Amino acid sequence: MAVAAGKMARVASRMRGGGSAMPGLVVEKLDPRFLSHALADLAGGVVVVTGTNGKTTTTKMLVAILREHGLTVFTNPTGSNFTRGVISAMLSELSLSGRLKADLAVLELDEAHALKFAAEVRPTHSLLLNVARDQLDRFAEIDHTARLLGELAAQTTTGVVLNLNDSFVSRIAGRVPDGVLVTYFGVDPSIADRLPELQEADVRFEDDFTPPEPTDADGLLKPHDERSFEVRFGAADQVGPMVLNQRGLAAMINATAATSTARALLGSEFRNATAVAALERVQPPFGRGEIINADGQPLELVLVKNPAGFTVALSTYGNTPVTTMVAINDDYADGRDVSWLYDVSFESLQGRGVALTSGVRAYDMALRLQYDDVAVAQVEPDLEAALERFLATYKNEPKRIFCTYTAMMALRRNLAGRYGLPNFGEEARL
Amino acid sequence: MSNHQSVSHQSVSHQTGGPLVSKGQIKVVHIYPREMSIYGDLGNTRALASRLRWHGYEPLVHQHHPGNDFPADAHLVLGGGGQDSGQARVENDLARNSEVLRVLAADGAPMLMICGMYQLFGNAFITIEGERLPGIGILDVTTQGNARRMIGPVVLETVYGDVVGYENHSGSTELGAGQRPFGRVRSGMGNNGTDRTEGAVTGNVFGSYLHGPVLPANPAFADALIKLAVERALGEPFVPGQIDDVFANQARTRQVRRLAG
Repeated sequence: MAVAAGKMARVASRMRGGGSAMPGLVVEKLDPRFLSHALADLAGGVVVVTGTNGKTTTTKMLVAILREHGLTVFTNPTGSNFTRGVISAMLSELSLSGRLKADLAVLELDEAHALKFAAEVRPTHSLLLNVARDQLDRFAEIDHTARLLGELAAQTTTGVVLNLNDSFVSRIAGRVPDGVLVTYFGVDPSIADRLPELQEADVRFEDDFTPPEPTDADGLLKPHDERSFEVRFGAADQVGPMVLNQRGLAAMINATAATSTARALLGSEFRNATAVAALERVQPPFGRGEIINADGQPLELVLVKNPAGFTVALSTYGNTPVTTMVAINDDYADGRDVSWLYDVSFESLQGRGVALTSGVRAYDMALRLQYDDVAVAQVEPDLEAALERFLATYKNEPKRIFCTYTAMMALRRNLAGRYGLPNFGEEARL
Repeated sequence: MSNHQSVSHQSVSHQTGGPLVSKGQIKVVHIYPREMSIYGDLGNTRALASRLRWHGYEPLVHQHHPGNDFPADAHLVLGGGGQDSGQARVENDLARNSEVLRVLAADGAPMLMICGMYQLFGNAFITIEGERLPGIGILDVTTQGNARRMIGPVVLETVYGDVVGYENHSGSTELGAGQRPFGRVRSGMGNNGTDRTEGAVTGNVFGSYLHGPVLPANPAFADALIKLAVERALGEPFVPGQIDDVFANQARTRQVRRLAG
């Protein structure tokens, strides 16, 4: 009954071109036990990926590695990381018996929904990426976010993969039940000085926690240069060298997390060359450093949603400055409080200035840039009008847009129409 | 000279070093920037430092960390919001330096305390469990811990005109008899969600729940603090410079229109 109703809602919402969560909402209301029933037959288990930054990219990488190893993997489409988004994604793949046919599920869940999910279905594995200030209007406090991840680890039945270098996450090892395997991903000690590019230091206090010494089961990121890197498991075993389609140290650490988790899941079935082949083919998820061909010039769409993420994005793209637009909305999914923009330094944009600010909070963004002495050429709150002007005025040069979540969705939809790109939600099955 | 960027210009002349001849030095102290600045309240310090420069003064920004003596020569003191763990980390230092702060406050030094520091500048914070954590009592307010958080955008009516910001607090604050609020709530919850007051003002000490951060988009309030600090520091009237506040005024009035009609 719930499956049929959900499928109908799914068809209806696709015809309207509407949101991806609506059909899931219908099912959630009709059958609260839907999830545990649907996921009951997965022999390979249920893997939950969560943390503040990098969930979508890491999930996509992990799924790619597992599929390259021949597994059938169910996953939720990018960014629909609430439980009802997971349910919506399932509806197209279910038989009317309501059971999912796959080897395993890899689900990206937001920190609060990961725990809601675990109350219905205990994950066999969880990958906990990092904790940073994000949308404090929803999570209230970073300490609270860290506690949510700890509770998820305590609910996990088989294996937990933790960030070695984020003390909020590596400390969770103490909360993992006996008999559940803990492995880590992190950076090689030779690049420890680059950690500030990946995490915020200012909300972390000196404490007496010392991270454990990595073992041969733990994957460590060792970059060779700005593009090429390997993931090392002990002295003798390296995955790579490889080059991703997505730029920057953050993408490399996401690949390290995905590789470490795949290795923990697959055990002796894990093949280094297979993992490399998969990772080198993965395209950046929509809006996460995705490069769109706009009238023959590259247009980069970069999602930013919290101080750590925006800081990482600015440093990743800082060495190739191009004409820039910044679009800030303040809907629920963006974070309604825009205070966080003042915890990001925009001085790296001083040289070229910013061509346009847009979104509901376009003037707040322009004001923020003014206080960092970054020139703003134009302010246009309307996203469509801003995009139109940005593309027309700077037609013959490379461009970049930093945008919050709902601004990214709106811009992406518009760009998909203009340049014939696949639509949001079609990507999970590509 | 201290002119800033307007909407239509393509380039900006940077004001990195300030004007050639400073009208005077103003010492701005940010109290507990590590422990008590999780919601962008650092932006208040950035905004004041920039505006002082644009007005032709030279800001000296000092960060006060726990364990150090609080600078008794501060001209302006700023504090922000933190997490419970951040508050626990500053309690002892605040108690140790409370006398210096009380003397400064009584002497007319302007101070702006946001959220967690606003609560700590009050008489006490009473936890949900009923435990009474004493504040330093500069503002006659008492805060009761609450299971419900008050979260959302805010518009206030104040003597500086409409003030916009964002609140995110679980404490419910009551003003003592005769304690003046900072503003009247036009949209949002304010001190407690019931009496439509927001914040508290005693002398030149301002307490408020408004993040945003509050000063960048509300330049009339920022300049009022600057005026007090300048007069205190230099013993002469504040001589404002020309600042282009188009972005700030647009950002504020758009929020007012969205929220308070």
